[in-house]
Amino acid sequence: MQYEAVIGLEIHAQLLTDTKIFCGCSTKFGSEPNTQTCPVCIGMPGALPVMNSKAIEYVVKTGLAMNCEIPGLSRFARKNYFYPDLPKGYQISQFDLPLCGRGYIDISLNGSHRRIGLTRIHLEEDAGKNIHVDQGNESCVDLNRAGVPLMEIVSEPDIRTPGEAAAFMKKLRSIVRCIGVCDGNMEQGSLRCDANVSVRPEGQEELGVKSEIKNMNSFRFVEKALDYEIRRQIRTLQEGGRVIQETRLWNTERGITESMRSKEEAHDYRYFPDPDLMPVEIDPSWAASIREHIEELPDSRCRRYVAEFGLPEQDAELITAEKSTADWFEQAVALGGDPKTLSNWIRGDLAKYLNEDNMQIGECALTPRHLVDMLVLIKEGTISGKIAKTVFEEMYRTGKDAATVVKEKGLVQISDEAGIEKIVDEVLRKSPDEVARFRGGETKLTGFFVGQVMKETKGRANPKIVNELLRKKL
Amino acid sequence: MEIEHVAMLARLKLSDDEKGLFSAQVGGIINYIEKLNELDTSDVEPTAHVLPMNNVFREDKLRSSLPREKALQNAPDRDEGFYRVPKIIE
Repeated sequence: MQYEAVIGLEIHAQLLTDTKIFCGCSTKFGSEPNTQTCPVCIGMPGALPVMNSKAIEYVVKTGLAMNCEIPGLSRFARKNYFYPDLPKGYQISQFDLPLCGRGYIDISLNGSHRRIGLTRIHLEEDAGKNIHVDQGNESCVDLNRAGVPLMEIVSEPDIRTPGEAAAFMKKLRSIVRCIGVCDGNMEQGSLRCDANVSVRPEGQEELGVKSEIKNMNSFRFVEKALDYEIRRQIRTLQEGGRVIQETRLWNTERGITESMRSKEEAHDYRYFPDPDLMPVEIDPSWAASIREHIEELPDSRCRRYVAEFGLPEQDAELITAEKSTADWFEQAVALGGDPKTLSNWIRGDLAKYLNEDNMQIGECALTPRHLVDMLVLIKEGTISGKIAKTVFEEMYRTGKDAATVVKEKGLVQISDEAGIEKIVDEVLRKSPDEVARFRGGETKLTGFFVGQVMKETKGRANPKIVNELLRKKL
Repeated sequence: MEIEHVAMLARLKLSDDEKGLFSAQVGGIINYIEKLNELDTSDVEPTAHVLPMNNVFREDKLRSSLPREKALQNAPDRDEGFYRVPKIIE
């Protein structure tokens, strides 16, 4: 029997506010434990929360960017449970009236497009952090994160494959980064993902029993964990067993999901409206002023690059995924660079170096001006395409401009025909065997001769002239 | 039994006698509150809050936090700068 998976994602994204959701404590990551707390966020009796307006704006901004309905009225609720990282004994969250209702995100995977529905986006406070010491019967609690504004984005069960789940996460991350509401740092936990997954025989309408997977803190792990879990559920069914509804943790080291062995008792959160917080009303004029501050979104930019610059869709998608990359690219285009050539360099050498150095495009020494100037040198024949790779790396490392690098390193292309001819003659004289074999029909030896000439000239000989001369002389 | 579930949610340990006692008392309270259902509210708008006020906000402005020593002052147990609690694995 063929099975299909049904996947829904819940994404938690920390908002880029300076202060916590209900108090003026800093949200800065990585500070000394318990140095960013106050009576409100550590739940001292009598302390009262006051809503950070920026947190509301950021959630509404996200909702608008993800095509969500914005209901006029929203309110906050208490979700009651006991855990050491939750000082008040309840989390302030939203239940029946979230800030954003139904919406969607469009994803593309291997050239095909799909629309994934969103159920809702709501705002809540993050919990603190428990640090479990390996041995011993104690845990340490750091409450710096308690009260950091967190938005939860819930997708419809529209996702069918682990690949689609990863594509959805990537698109979502690209949008929240573009509009500046979340830094999207999965390693530091500012973007976290839980998945609900079930399987059913293909063609069946009714949903199977689902499990919830937690602790997937990279795109790769989202894909791997879902892949494992889908196989596990199918195997269970095929062996005549049944899937039980439970929470499972992704174990990175072992590459499997493991049951958290929760108690049989289902959670009973006893949600009720929080009496300490007033309802929030988003009137149309407020929503409109938030919408005005939404930067051009990746999808729109991507379509524009295809239409305006004639870029292939895959190029456009990669370049627009990161706002800073797209901005950089557009600056270079404005300076006169050919869009497709720029795209090749950005997605090729530049992406490779940035990846190696774990840097963003804006952090490196290379500017759009540098790249465009170098492309002019190639076009004018001052340097060859091959040498350009050396020039590019040097510009990237040092921040020097192309002309300076070419001059300092003596990389000017040799286009003087007589000079090259001398070298070609020398190479042919030194390789009588190869010459004979070439004349005997082994034409692929051309590459060998070009290579020898390039070696002699440290790659600076104009390849066009070298090829012409070889053809003439052989 | 309902009272055991409620006690568990509040992390309370009740003796058998107490279970009987509170079961009866909580039942009485719920019956009393049930009176509200006798009112006809079909023409009344649902209220989100008892005060007629919306959008009470603060600006996203930093204020100084508690010194760590102060924050940890009431902690029953601590480990350097951390609160120390019994290990809980869900």
